[in-house]
Amino acid sequence: MAEPLLAVRGLRKRFGGLVATDGVDLDVAEGETLAIIGPNGAGKTTLIGQLAGDLRPDSGAIQFAGADVTAMSASARSHRGLARSFQITSIFRDFSALDNVALAVQAHAGHSFRFWRPARAEARLREPARAILEQVGLAGRADVVAGTLAHGEQRQLEIAMALATRPRLLLLDEPVAGMGLDESQRMVQLLRALRGRHTLVLVEHDMDVVWALADRISVLVYGRVIATGVPEAIRLNAEVRRAYLGGEVPA
Amino acid sequence: MDSRARALALIAGFLVLGLVPVVAALTHQPFYLDLFRRIMIFAIAAVSLDLILGFGGMVSFGHAAYLGIGAYAVAIPAFYGIDNGIVQWTLALGLSGLAALLIGAVSLRTSGVSFIMITLAFAQMLYYLGISINAWGADDGMRLARRSQFGPVVDLANPYVFYYVVFGLLVLLLWLGHRLIHARFGMVIRAVRSNEPRMQAVGFATFRYKLAAFALAGAVCGLAGALLANQTEYLTPSYMHWTRSGDIMVMVILGGMGTLFGPVLGAVAFLLLEDLLSAWTVHWQVALGPLLVLVVLYARRGLYGLLPGGGPHG
Repeated sequence: MAEPLLAVRGLRKRFGGLVATDGVDLDVAEGETLAIIGPNGAGKTTLIGQLAGDLRPDSGAIQFAGADVTAMSASARSHRGLARSFQITSIFRDFSALDNVALAVQAHAGHSFRFWRPARAEARLREPARAILEQVGLAGRADVVAGTLAHGEQRQLEIAMALATRPRLLLLDEPVAGMGLDESQRMVQLLRALRGRHTLVLVEHDMDVVWALADRISVLVYGRVIATGVPEAIRLNAEVRRAYLGGEVPA
Repeated sequence: MDSRARALALIAGFLVLGLVPVVAALTHQPFYLDLFRRIMIFAIAAVSLDLILGFGGMVSFGHAAYLGIGAYAVAIPAFYGIDNGIVQWTLALGLSGLAALLIGAVSLRTSGVSFIMITLAFAQMLYYLGISINAWGADDGMRLARRSQFGPVVDLANPYVFYYVVFGLLVLLLWLGHRLIHARFGMVIRAVRSNEPRMQAVGFATFRYKLAAFALAGAVCGLAGALLANQTEYLTPSYMHWTRSGDIMVMVILGGMGTLFGPVLGAVAFLLLEDLLSAWTVHWQVALGPLLVLVVLYARRGLYGLLPGGGPHG
């Protein structure tokens, strides 16, 4: 394998007596989709937090796009090409959908110490934002206040904001959480369209989504990766079955 | 339709402010000139606080510190015989901006209640510094021998000239503020208030933008302080007292946080109430309290929100 886009080595994070991340190693190749699954409390959110830069690991290293980003802030990682969506929808609720995406474009279009020209009149921010809204299927909702969008639309908007940063890797924290069947299917379609063009790291509970998207799967249990492999191998892995509630096959 | 009605209401409001000197002259009531000039000076301070409080979500409880620094920046040079207005006002803007930059650089590392307390603590430190320096009047303060000098044409000793200088500065500030909040910088600080972790995740190093806004607000409030020293022709450390920070904050909340014109309305309402009610009782704030409660409970955008079409600021 060529040099992986994301390489995690010996990542460890404890909260008091609880070891939330216990020596995690991960490699993600450019262009692949890796799903991280695991039972509740396995430490998925803590792991995502460390990858995104919200949490500092106690030890270990994260290499991304050829640089050590372990000590980098979330905003600095964004500029190296790492984007994320949040498990609990995180948008600018009182701005329009288009504003939300335009802000993400703005973060990567030079500095914002500009005090005079209306940002909403900058074609350089608005045009790419419109194109991305179109891409995620929200073109008709551009001027709607984001907080009033339907739940599924807000999740699509999150993906749009992540895409607007022109990322090399997208970290998706439970992208279909709380969605109905229709919304969930639309999201899977959207993510499927991104697959291959972007590198995706997906944390997800919904195994249908995982089977539909993942090139490889890593299984996290009690802060450790107990297995990594192609979906078929994971499906047949005895240890994985045990971890999922006494042998119940995930699917 | 609504936004036109609101624009008309605002234009009417500014016409009234602009005509106060005419009415005062015709009715031989120079007192109103004094009162409304004072109102506009506090309106400038309140607008500057709203930039960080309402638009930026930074609840600074020490904004009067910059009012005080601006006043000292006029009074201390004047004490040593430097009464050039350009020098004094430039000092007021620069020193209060610099103080805000330093205070912000420390305070903005915290948030929530800690931020409120630390900004309050800095302001009180400056207040106690003020009352302990005997050379500059200590807690008695000192008289300003002359108002800031801007040559023979712009003579602040003339109450009408001074009035229109303050009026012009307020209008200028509102215009610049309008540009700022819709420019990239304004979008950033408003989005930070809305959701700071999200801003960081999309790639903004939010700290530097918050700090810049904090320093800018401090500088503008310093200018209000310079005007206040000229208004009262007196310097007192009580300009920096925490209750003064509270007053400015009440003006912002009463008038409408996160709006440009709200703080102006708040300053008008607060100081007119003070004027009317304090003639009746020294405990005039007994009446202010319930009013504030009503506004907070029922008018989401304060008094500004009660204007036709005064909803959320686009």
